[in-house]
Amino acid sequence: MTKALGYRVLQALMVALIVGLLTFLMMEALPGDMAFRIAAHRYGYDAVNAAAAEAVRSELNLDRPAIAAFGRWFVDLLRLDFGTSVISGAPVIEEIRHQLGASLQLAGIALMLSLLIGPPLGLLAGLRAGGWLDRGLLIVSTALRSVPQFLMGLILIVLVSIHLGWLPAAGYGKASHFILPALTLALGLAAASARITRDAMAGVTASPFYAFGRWKGLSEPQMLRRHGLRHIGVALVTFLGLQFAMLVEGVVVIEAIFGWPGIGHALVHAIFGRDVPMVQGTALLLGLGFVALNALVDLAAHWIDPRESRA
Amino acid sequence: MSTVTTDIPIVAHRGWTVTQWAGAVIVAAMLGFAILAPMVFPADPLKQNLRHILGGPDATAPFGYDHLGRSLMARLASALRLSLSIAAAAVVSSAALGVSVGVLAAWHGGWVDRTLSLIADSFLALPGLLMVLIILAIVPSTPIAFWIGLSLILWIEYFRLSRAVARRLLVAPGVQASRLLGFGPVYIFRRHLWPELAPMLLTVASFGAATAIMTIAALGFVSVGMRAPTPELGLMMVEILPYYREAPMALMTPVLATFLTLLGLNLIAGGRRA
Repeated sequence: MTKALGYRVLQALMVALIVGLLTFLMMEALPGDMAFRIAAHRYGYDAVNAAAAEAVRSELNLDRPAIAAFGRWFVDLLRLDFGTSVISGAPVIEEIRHQLGASLQLAGIALMLSLLIGPPLGLLAGLRAGGWLDRGLLIVSTALRSVPQFLMGLILIVLVSIHLGWLPAAGYGKASHFILPALTLALGLAAASARITRDAMAGVTASPFYAFGRWKGLSEPQMLRRHGLRHIGVALVTFLGLQFAMLVEGVVVIEAIFGWPGIGHALVHAIFGRDVPMVQGTALLLGLGFVALNALVDLAAHWIDPRESRA
Repeated sequence: MSTVTTDIPIVAHRGWTVTQWAGAVIVAAMLGFAILAPMVFPADPLKQNLRHILGGPDATAPFGYDHLGRSLMARLASALRLSLSIAAAAVVSSAALGVSVGVLAAWHGGWVDRTLSLIADSFLALPGLLMVLIILAIVPSTPIAFWIGLSLILWIEYFRLSRAVARRLLVAPGVQASRLLGFGPVYIFRRHLWPELAPMLLTVASFGAATAIMTIAALGFVSVGMRAPTPELGLMMVEILPYYREAPMALMTPVLATFLTLLGLNLIAGGRRA
């Protein structure tokens, strides 16, 4: 277990390295003047001139070679300094702190909603593998997988907001604002977790130990409680790691669509403004959050099934 | 849009299932439409005709017109060509990179294998969309930027798959005999590894193409992808959305095309379950 967690720490360092290297390589490869573009975003394209670009250049040390800038960024990072936004001038960490709460709320509700929809359906389908529910679920989940999350959001906006007028399409603050973005995220996640639960359950019911349990006279609910759920639990929890990737990516896109004031929304805005430190900081935080969640998944899987064989 | 990782067991199989054929027919139809539509109904996807704003179908524009009076069919065909070419380019380059690095890792083993695996695992730790977003934050949104970003995401699956297959096969008696007889890596790869690997690559490639198409469309939809007036599936949807009440079918055109393309690819990839 210590080995697995140590590996996650290594992974976190590598994530920081990739985010940093990628941005600095791209900046180096890009023709044109970075300082001029940042200045244009600060002062507007009409007001910008060579002097303003020079000022930005010396302020942000853009005249240094990329490798030096990368080294500095990485050293600052180790001191937990994420830099300052080139547009607002505020520290990146402050900007992110404001948005992170809103994102976590949305992600948390979506995850809970998806766990209420996906695994129970998969469980029922897996118990009667080949039955009508199983076949129906296969068709629905294949179709859902072909509907990207942004498209699901679009469909819900068109149906629920525009046609029926039941819920607001965008906004933040009231409970009603949560429903559409959370549901959009949850449906995509549920389609995946339903499949995993179904396959795990079908595997368990077909296994010799399940047949033996039945043979010694346990009832179906007893069987499920004693021998079924723990086996599915491991598959499902391990799979949660994959779901977090979907969740992190989903949050970025869904927030932009529903105007949710979270970290994904901020990332998209930072890209508009070519606010590189902000993009680096946000991407890094999302990446590190992803690694941390996976470490939690490792721990949970270990707790459900402490046998070391899977490590 | 999430990158599909091979936690789903990939089983080698020869011969296609009915579902896979259905998927192939759908993908071929979309491809055929993208190539043939401009030949049968030639129209400039960028040309605005203000008399036709949100107009219904006619002989020159069988899918009607958008909010700027541009032919929806011309724009859709052009958007599909863009998405499919970027997806194809990304799949080919990432497969070439992933397979060669994967086989290299398995062939050499030891520290070469450990180093390459650590690099691959670190890429896996960064959600794929973020990788593309970082690139788009700095480089202008061109097809090449998408191609590089998507290749950086997609190569990992090929690496993991080909490394696993190569590690298993390189210790098989037949391959050992070939090595002892002095056959080179190229021969062994072609003769022993490729026949096992090729059918599995199809699954990874279809998932990869689906990931690519979803990513391009999603970023277009949130306006950080391809820039207007380029016809792109996601961009077309967000442009037409405000006019939904006047012309609902105009929105359905890119929505259905995206859904069908992804459905086709997913059926090819996941069809072995049928």
